[in-house]
Amino acid sequence: MASGRAAEPEHDPRDGIPLYAPAPKVYPQSVAGRFRNIKWTLLLAGMAIYYFLPFVRWTRGAGLPDQAVLIDLERMRFYFFFIELWPQEVYYLTGLLVLAAIILFLMNAVAGRIWCGYLCPQTVWTDLFMQVERFFQGDRRERIRLDAAPWSFDKIWRKAATHTGWLLIAWWTGGAWVLYFADAPTLVKDLATFQAPMTAYLWIGILTGTTYLLAGHMREQVCLYMCPWPRIQAALTDADALNVTYRHDRGEPRVSVKQAARLREAGEPAGDCIDCHQCVAVCPTGVDIRDGAQLGCIQCGLCIDACDDVMAKIRRPIGLIGYDTEAAVDARAAGLTPPRRRLVRPRTVLYAAIISLVGGAMLVQLATRSLLDVSATHERTPLFTTLRDGSIRNAYNLRIANKRSESRLVALTVDGPAGTTIEVSGALPASDWRAIVEAPADAAIDVRLFVSMPRRMAVGPSQMIQIKASDLAFGEVAVARENFFAP
Amino acid sequence: MAQQHEKPHVDHVTGTATTGHEWDGIRELNTPLPRWWLWTLYLTIVWSVGYWVVYPAWPLITSHTAGVINYSSRAEVGEELAKLAMLRNAQAAGLSTASLAEIRADAGLQRIAMARGRAAFGDNCAPCHGGAGVGAAGYPNLIDDEWIWGGKLEDIERTLLHGIRWEQATETRVGAMPAFGRTGMLKRDEIAEAVEHVRSIAGLDVGTSANPAKGREVFAANCASCHGQAGKGNQELGAPDLTDAIWLYGSSRQAMTEGLVNGRGGVMPAWGARLDPVTIKALTVYVHSLGGGQ
Repeated sequence: MASGRAAEPEHDPRDGIPLYAPAPKVYPQSVAGRFRNIKWTLLLAGMAIYYFLPFVRWTRGAGLPDQAVLIDLERMRFYFFFIELWPQEVYYLTGLLVLAAIILFLMNAVAGRIWCGYLCPQTVWTDLFMQVERFFQGDRRERIRLDAAPWSFDKIWRKAATHTGWLLIAWWTGGAWVLYFADAPTLVKDLATFQAPMTAYLWIGILTGTTYLLAGHMREQVCLYMCPWPRIQAALTDADALNVTYRHDRGEPRVSVKQAARLREAGEPAGDCIDCHQCVAVCPTGVDIRDGAQLGCIQCGLCIDACDDVMAKIRRPIGLIGYDTEAAVDARAAGLTPPRRRLVRPRTVLYAAIISLVGGAMLVQLATRSLLDVSATHERTPLFTTLRDGSIRNAYNLRIANKRSESRLVALTVDGPAGTTIEVSGALPASDWRAIVEAPADAAIDVRLFVSMPRRMAVGPSQMIQIKASDLAFGEVAVARENFFAP
Repeated sequence: MAQQHEKPHVDHVTGTATTGHEWDGIRELNTPLPRWWLWTLYLTIVWSVGYWVVYPAWPLITSHTAGVINYSSRAEVGEELAKLAMLRNAQAAGLSTASLAEIRADAGLQRIAMARGRAAFGDNCAPCHGGAGVGAAGYPNLIDDEWIWGGKLEDIERTLLHGIRWEQATETRVGAMPAFGRTGMLKRDEIAEAVEHVRSIAGLDVGTSANPAKGREVFAANCASCHGQAGKGNQELGAPDLTDAIWLYGSSRQAMTEGLVNGRGGVMPAWGARLDPVTIKALTVYVHSLGGGQ
């Protein structure tokens, strides 16, 4: 917990118990290595996608936006390449969230906090901000010295440049965000000429503020105090999950290089850890990995790079800190050969099963979803009307949704007893049992449908009828079932 | 309470200093909240003070502090309603120039007319004709296909404008079902026979003691002038069709007899003097679309 690294508590003269402590500032040192490279690659890829995706075009047809990924709030449509979703299909979002959660669980069961260490926006943006900080203020030592130094021109311009850099990145982050909600090239032009809607500027401002605050100032505090995931993941990990681990079986007891050489000569135990604190210095959250798996460790692997570097220098095998399982470390500590890593475990199987089930169901649903929908609501007042010739008429409010990008003709028919007739106000004249309505492109229309039955066929209190909407050109059929009421 | 400690006691397991509080050997670890957390609390307090100044906040005896920007949610609603009224009037401009048939033919105008008509119907017509236009005994059902005064757009508009038997309106629709019984024009047994005759042409059950010839004779002499020889009615005179399944006052013998004895003469106000022409048009289109429009 944070308490482990809490700075000198401020002593209140009354009882010596401080209730609030300033957050200790973490000065992560730069490091080079395998995991640092992976992190840079993922950072660049993630940012490239985030910043440039809104500019990717996708042809959909006349009258429809040609932006590949677009959340059109005004017209209530979500576009994702070849997919176009309507508000009533928001369950795909639910499915996606379920998938995201279980994938997170699976990642955790396989290789710990991959999300926290490499993919989480908080980590990625903090990483970028730290690089800006490093560029203007130097590495760990220089930054500590600069912070301790009195204000001078040198300190002021370095600090000002850092914050300006942060604000620029933050502003660009907010700027990219709003591009997902409108045609990106047009909006960029409008933003530059101050013609864009107020909401766009407002959201850019909000995201500039949050990015600047979270990635510039809050950093590891977000992981330690605000994020629920460290708490949840602690309950989900097990002895077979790969985690960034200090191999205490190999590292202890910690002694200096010379001392270790002496001890080994004398045949006494000596650990590989020389207590150089490089793993702590490079840690973005300021924890000591040698204390074991902990909430503050986001498992970014930078301590692995730092330690491997040191091990190479003192000519000991690398991997004193590395991705390892608790089971393996325990086995080695007991002098046994570490067991083969178990990837197939009840929890990984269960997570994978849920993922394929939910993902599969969503894919099937998406692949087979109808581009023509009809829903019917029975008119409640009155339930039925008696006509002059004694026949019984019911009214239905239909909603016909045409999800194609072209207008089409839809024939409405009703499956009911012999003599059933239908009538649609405003429909093209067809016949007594069939009406044709025009469904405009990419829109839903409301249609009032009257269904009549001869008195002897209208069996009270109600019978089920089927209202069928058939596309004349594509042959798609949508069916709604409703009651037909009679006295 | 806590005692003064020279040197804070340190918990062995966690390496964290304790607060010195101890209950039955359990010590409280000293894990202070971060300072920024405290500052956030202070910030919310400062914010609340700003809020008092800017927005209405403190209740006074008869009013409240208004705040410097004079914000009022009620005024905001008023503004939005005014905006809505402007929008509606702009749409209504299209309705005022278009003819009824043009409104019916144009999907956009039709939608505006329907929305406006629905609202006006609820405000003005629903008390008698019911919220959905289903009517009640004596108040015609507007969604079936029976029309006493005609179901074409022009007929409905005329009825709306001038009313039915509305004396103040000169062009009002006039037609009378006389009180044959009360005025002594028909005797009790003649009325009974007429009722049985009407029941027979309407397809309703007829009494076994009825005299069809007598009934037909009474009908031809007294009723056919308005309702027609076959009883099919006459919309010019507001004489209902007596052969169909729809009965404004009910199809029981009692209801029919009552009509013949006391006469019938429902009244509908002339709305032309009360509602603006656009609303009348919208109502016409709305009523026409309820299910019976011809």
